[in-house]
This record gives sequence, C-alpha cells and structure tokens, in this order.
Amino acid sequence: MAGPSGTTLALDGDGLETVIAAVRQRGYTVIAPTVRDGAVAYEPITSAAALPRGVGDEQGPARYRLRERDDDALFGFAAAPSSWKRYLYPPATTLWRARRDEHGTLLFDESAAAVPRYAFLGVRACELAAILVHDRVFAGAAHPDPTYAARRRELFIIAVHCGSPSGVCFCTSMGTGPRAREGFDLGITELLDTATPRYIVEAGSPAGLELLESLAASPATVQDLEAAQAVTDVATEHMGRHLETGGLPEMLQRNLEHPQWDDVAARCLSCGNCTMACPTCFCSDDVEAQAPDGETSARVREWASCFSHDFSYIHGGTVRETVRSRYRQWMTHKLGTWWEQFGTSGCVGCGRCIAWCPVGIDITEEAAAIRASDGRGRGSA
Amino acid sequence: MTPVSHRVVGRRVETADVVTLQLEATDGSRLRYAAGQFNMLYAYAVGEVAISISANPLGGGPIAHTVRNVGSVSRALCGLQIGDTLGLRGPFGSDWGLDSAAGGDLVIVAGGIGLAPLRSVITQVIAERDRFGTVEIVIGTRTPEELAFKAEVESWRARSDLSVHVTVDRATPGWRGTVGVVTTVLPRVHCDPAAIALVCGPEVMMRFTALALMERGMPASRIRVSMERNMQCAIAQCGHCQLGSVFVCADGPVFTWERLEPLLAVRQL
Amino acid sequence: MNTIADELTSHRFFAGLDAAHLEVLTGCARNVVIAKGASIIREGAHADAFWAVRSGRIALGVTAPGRGMLTIDTLHADDVLGWAWLFPPYRWHFDADALDEVHAVTFDAVCLRGKCAADPALGFDLAQRVAAILGDRLNAARMRLLDLYGSPQPG
Ligand code: SF4
Ligand code: SF4
Ligand code: FES
Repeated sequence: MAGPSGTTLALDGDGLETVIAAVRQRGYTVIAPTVRDGAVAYEPITSAAALPRGVGDEQGPARYRLRERDDDALFGFAAAPSSWKRYLYPPATTLWRARRDEHGTLLFDESAAAVPRYAFLGVRACELAAILVHDRVFAGAAHPDPTYAARRRELFIIAVHCGSPSGVCFCTSMGTGPRAREGFDLGITELLDTATPRYIVEAGSPAGLELLESLAASPATVQDLEAAQAVTDVATEHMGRHLETGGLPEMLQRNLEHPQWDDVAARCLSCGNCTMACPTCFCSDDVEAQAPDGETSARVREWASCFSHDFSYIHGGTVRETVRSRYRQWMTHKLGTWWEQFGTSGCVGCGRCIAWCPVGIDITEEAAAIRASDGRGRGSA
Repeated sequence: MTPVSHRVVGRRVETADVVTLQLEATDGSRLRYAAGQFNMLYAYAVGEVAISISANPLGGGPIAHTVRNVGSVSRALCGLQIGDTLGLRGPFGSDWGLDSAAGGDLVIVAGGIGLAPLRSVITQVIAERDRFGTVEIVIGTRTPEELAFKAEVESWRARSDLSVHVTVDRATPGWRGTVGVVTTVLPRVHCDPAAIALVCGPEVMMRFTALALMERGMPASRIRVSMERNMQCAIAQCGHCQLGSVFVCADGPVFTWERLEPLLAVRQL
Repeated sequence: MNTIADELTSHRFFAGLDAAHLEVLTGCARNVVIAKGASIIREGAHADAFWAVRSGRIALGVTAPGRGMLTIDTLHADDVLGWAWLFPPYRWHFDADALDEVHAVTFDAVCLRGKCAADPALGFDLAQRVAAILGDRLNAARMRLLDLYGSPQPG
C-alpha cells in the first residue's frame, strides 16, 4: 500500500459520504453493497446511508445468513451472493438485430445501447481479481466484447481491503487477497478501533488521485497506515478454507479418471448455481429473440452453465453426457485449463460456489480429495 | 461481431439432405479466408450455425457453404433460394495450413459431409497443382447417392495428376466402385511418411483414419484433422466448444492429431 | 519373367513367409487371368480354391431376387479372396465377380489342406494369416455397422 503521504487520507463516516458525492458528481452511478431480501446485494446507491451498517454474514457450505455485528461497520461482511459481473457482463445482452428492408433483404444493426458509467464501491480483493480475469476473457480477446469493453472503460473501482473473511473464503490460497494490490482507483480500509468507523483511503490510479486531491480531509498518519495493514494481516489468519495450489493444473490433468469425480457426481445436482454465483464463470448461450411485431429479430447473449445437459450438444448428441464429466469440466477449467487459456487461475477464492451449492459441494475439498490419492485416476490429456 | 448480409447467388442440391449455397455480400465486400476456416451463418429469426467454407479461397468467386439439414437452422439455410439473404460472420478459426504442406505430398481423407471443408483445399490444390507432390484423395460416403459434389468428384477422377478413391459403406444395385470403410482404402494409397494428411469427417471416422495413417508410418504431427463442437460465439467467449484447454472455434477447428489424440482419449472431455 | 514364388513374396498376404514354406505353397499354385465381369465364386458352391489378387478389382456380394448383385465388399491388389476353403464344410458364403480383368495366383484347396496337414508349422502360419485378414474384415464391417455418416434425427 502507499506510504504516508498527503494522498492517503483518513476519513470518518461523513468523509466517506463526501467520497460518494464526489464520485457521483463525476457522473458515475455508484453501485455498492446494501441489504436486500436477507442478503447483501450490490445495488445502485446515492448515499452511505444505504450501506449495510452493523451487518455481518455467516457463510459455510450451502449456508449464507446475515447476522448483527456489535459495531457500526459498513463493510463487515464477505463476498455477497451475486457478484459484480452482472454490471459489466449483463445476464442478457442484445448483440445485434436483424430486419428486412422493403425488398426483403436482411439488414443487421449493431446493438447500440448507452454505456452506463459505474463506480463500484466496496469491491473486495477477490472480486477485483475476478474483474481482472474477465478483462482477459472479454477485453483482451482477439475480438473484444464491445459491451464489456465499453462498460469496463468507464468503470471506477473503489476497493475495500477485506477485514471480514467468511467461512468459505480462501483468497490467500489463490493469491488474490485480502488486500487488493492492483486495478483499483481508490482503496479503502475500514478501521474499527474507534467508536465510529474510520476509513483510510489511498489512490490506485490517476483518476483516483485526482478525486482524493479534491477532498478536504486530513492525511493518514503512520499509525493509521499500520492499523490498516493490521486489518488485512488479521484477515489473512481467518480464512475459512484453504486450497493447495502447488502444481494444481498438472495434478488435475493427470487425474481426469480419478474415482473422486464419480463421488462428487453422486452428490452434484447439476443445477449450475455454482456457475451463476461465480464471479469469473463466463459461459453464455446465443439465443434468438424475435420481436413481437415480427419485424425484427435479435441475437441475445445469455448467461449459461456448463452444467446444463445440452451445453456441449453437437448434432447426434451431447458430448458431456454425465454429471461426472460436467463437474470435471467445471472444476478443471476453474483450477486448471484456465491457466493455459488466459494465463491465470479461473478461481479467485471467493467461496461463493461453496455457499451457494444446495448440497454444499466444496471445491477446495474436492481438489484436496483428489490430491490425497493423486494418481488413482490416470488421465493423459 | 455483427453479421454481414449475404445474398444467395447460386444453389445446388447435392444430395437428399445437403445443399451448397453460393453467397455474395450485399454491400459488395469480399471475404478473405483460408481453406479450412468456417463462418457463422444466420437464418432470419431462427439462429446461427457454424458451417465450414467449401469454396476455393483463391477462386475469387462467391463464397460457398455446403449445408446438411440436421437441425432447425441448417434446415432453414437449406431452404433458402437464389435471391434470398442470410447473415454471415467470419471467417473464424484455424485453416488446413496448406502453405506449410507445399512441396510435399498430400493425403486427403474425407468422410461424408467432411468433404465440404476439404473441397476448399482440393480446389485450391488444383489451382496451384505444381506446388504439391502426389495428391491422394480418399472419399468415404454412406451410399453412392450420398456423395456430395458428384460432378466435381468425377472431374477430379478424370485428372491424371490426382489419385481419387471413392468408397461407399453400402453399395446400391449398379454400383461398380469400391465398397468398404475409408480406412480399408488407406493401405493402397501412396503415403509417404513425409506427406501431410488432411482428414475431415465424423469424429469416430477421424480417430480410425488417424490410426490407419500412423500404421502407414505417418507421424501424428503430420496428420491434421478438423473438429466439430458446439459453437455459438466463434470467438472463444461462450465456452461451448471447449475440449480440455482448447477452444475449438479459435484454436481449431483444424488441429494436428498430435494435439488432439490425448484430448480425445479422455471420454466426455 | 517372374516365377510364382517371386510373385508371392511381393504379395502382402505372404510377406515374410518362410522360404521353405513358400516353396511348398507354390506346388499348389498357378497364375490365372480372370476376364472382366466373370463370376469367380458362387454362394453355396464348393470352396476348392483361394486367390491372391495381383491386379484388378473383385466385388464380393449377394444376389437378391430382382436386385442383381449387391456388393458388400471390394477386393483389390494385395488382397486375398476366399477363406472358406480352410474350414469345413468348405462352402462359399458369397458371390465374387471380377470388376476388371483380374490377375491372380490361385491355389488348389485340396492340395493346400494336404500340405497343411503334413506340416503343422505351415498350417499354423497360414491359419494365422487368414485369421489376421478375418480380423481386419470384421473390424471394417463393425465400423460400417456404426453407420458413421448416417443422419442423426434432425433436431
Ligand atoms: S470457483 Fe468458487 S471460489 Fe472460485 S472464484 Fe468461482 S465461485 Fe469463487
Ligand atoms: S457443484 Fe453444487 S452448485 Fe454446482 S452444479 Fe453441482 S450441485 Fe449445483
Ligand atoms: S464457440 Fe464460443 S467459445 Fe468457441
């Protein structure tokens, strides 16, 4: 993190409000955690009052619930059920529209939706890492996705270094957190050592620096910076899960026929919840949506899951017919083949797939079970 | 990626369920592509499907796509008539790598509709015949009636600089040609280990063909096959076509057998 | 001009055959030229010979009423025609017609069976070669049963 300087500020709750105001003044829609339907959700807000004050969470396999904290923390919980991905990569996106001219000739119009300018407030380190993963998938591609690229270009990220990991977190294993290291405009650490929370705010980009310099607030002291560092140091010690990542892609590769895949297949419902909750899962279907008037027809990209039976359908049948092969596809992709495709892990250690699996399947346990009997399944690919 | 409107300027019924469409962009633009690449073809209000290009890339004429009616989109495409328009995105994917094969011999093995992407190669090879050594073409089809490009195959047979073998799985009365699965023809073709083999057909046929070619002494690195998987985006973003770490749409569809064999060895990968 | 022994050593079916065995076999062999269109064997007839094809194509098939001959396999140079001569009751299962003028070396089955009985090593070698061919034909037939190029149900 930045050293003591005039551009790392120490703010109180009101100070945080001025940050939100300054961001909104710059034309951004602020998306931040708020409580909705008994869960934390990332929604548009206009004031710090909408943040979940004094709310914590309890997460475990197939388990998520809010709890009351004994302090006024605004960021006292871990990853929320639904990730930020829906704002950059919406669940349904019109790619283009087809219509006929007066001669019946087909014409195609690029979908020209207005580009929202989002400021994400409260992005955890694991979630920031997930955005950087999607940057590689969608923006770094040979054919960048225009929707993602445009929204991403306009995005302002206010990270919150994590002080409240949950029972399903393992960002330290994945090297993504709990302290965000890159890719944010502003980085905030919430300090709970005083009666009301304080916020140590650092700049991570020129845009973030410009915004910080516009605020009238006192610089953070050396003690503030040490206290901020301590927050994530303590969080590091409280990870709910651990995943051994040494040689992981190779380990999975040589165990493609491991009996553990049968074991997990007997439990997995193939519901796809894990893929919907996962901040890096990017699979989609292209579907046809004819306008009711019959005059135009649109090509729409919708989130899809590799767990659905016909995901790998080719004429004649489905390639991944069994749940065993579909779970294997998902997990080896997240932890293994993603590296070869995108030069990074496909898992950032947020734990969502564990909490949101209805039968509590735990990716870290499955990987550990295979490692424990490495070689029982021969696989050569 | 938005499709470009293309008009059907030629249409030929190849077999009971296969049609070749000749296409030209309505805006006059010309697609540059290499043999082995594919396009996403769009039928209005029905959807898109990946179809390999079956025309000679150097031909300068319309693009050709040979479509087999196996689903709702391909059925709609097969039903298009001259003058109708469709959408086309592409070209996508890897190609047969014909340039790297120049100077050497070619062994081309097609099964069923797999002849379509290989027709692109064969017509290019004929146009640049002196760049290659011997050219063996083995075509397997279910019955004599189901052979696509019949007149062209006859014209290839008539050439002294190509060696063409057509074999059918099931003869019909009157068929005087070869009967037997494609692999049984391979022991009889000229097949130098330094040749390049190009194989396209159903996956099982390609597996057996690659094995038979290796029995003839060809290394897996010199055998190229064209894969089929579910394709929707064609740009490595929808995930449907994954095979291990490979995106068939972007890293393929043409792969060396060396790359593919270990992937296909894992069931339901 | 090639002797029958030279022709046999260059034929795939006999590749690597022991020289002494080859010598014995040639005693049962003679060169034949079969006219294009000629019938070579008939279903149900006595299997009294087999042929090592040197050139030309042979169609193997069945004749169905009103449909003429339906070809189920074709044989080419380096293939052999006929294995029923090796197993009782020595009857052909199919018809075989010459599609081209066929040049072949033909073997007298009674003579061959006699030599095999007299020299079990030769008999075993020959039986192994026939078994390998039967295996190849069985694999090829199984692949055709898969109906690889057939239409899946349009969906
Ligand atoms: S695989 Fe699970 S833990 Fe990893 S990033 Fe996805 S949801 Fe989070
Ligand atoms: S792992 Fe769990 S969440 Fe994922 S598909 Fe299986 S049952 Fe559903
Ligand atoms: S077709 Fe979408 S990833 Fe290959």
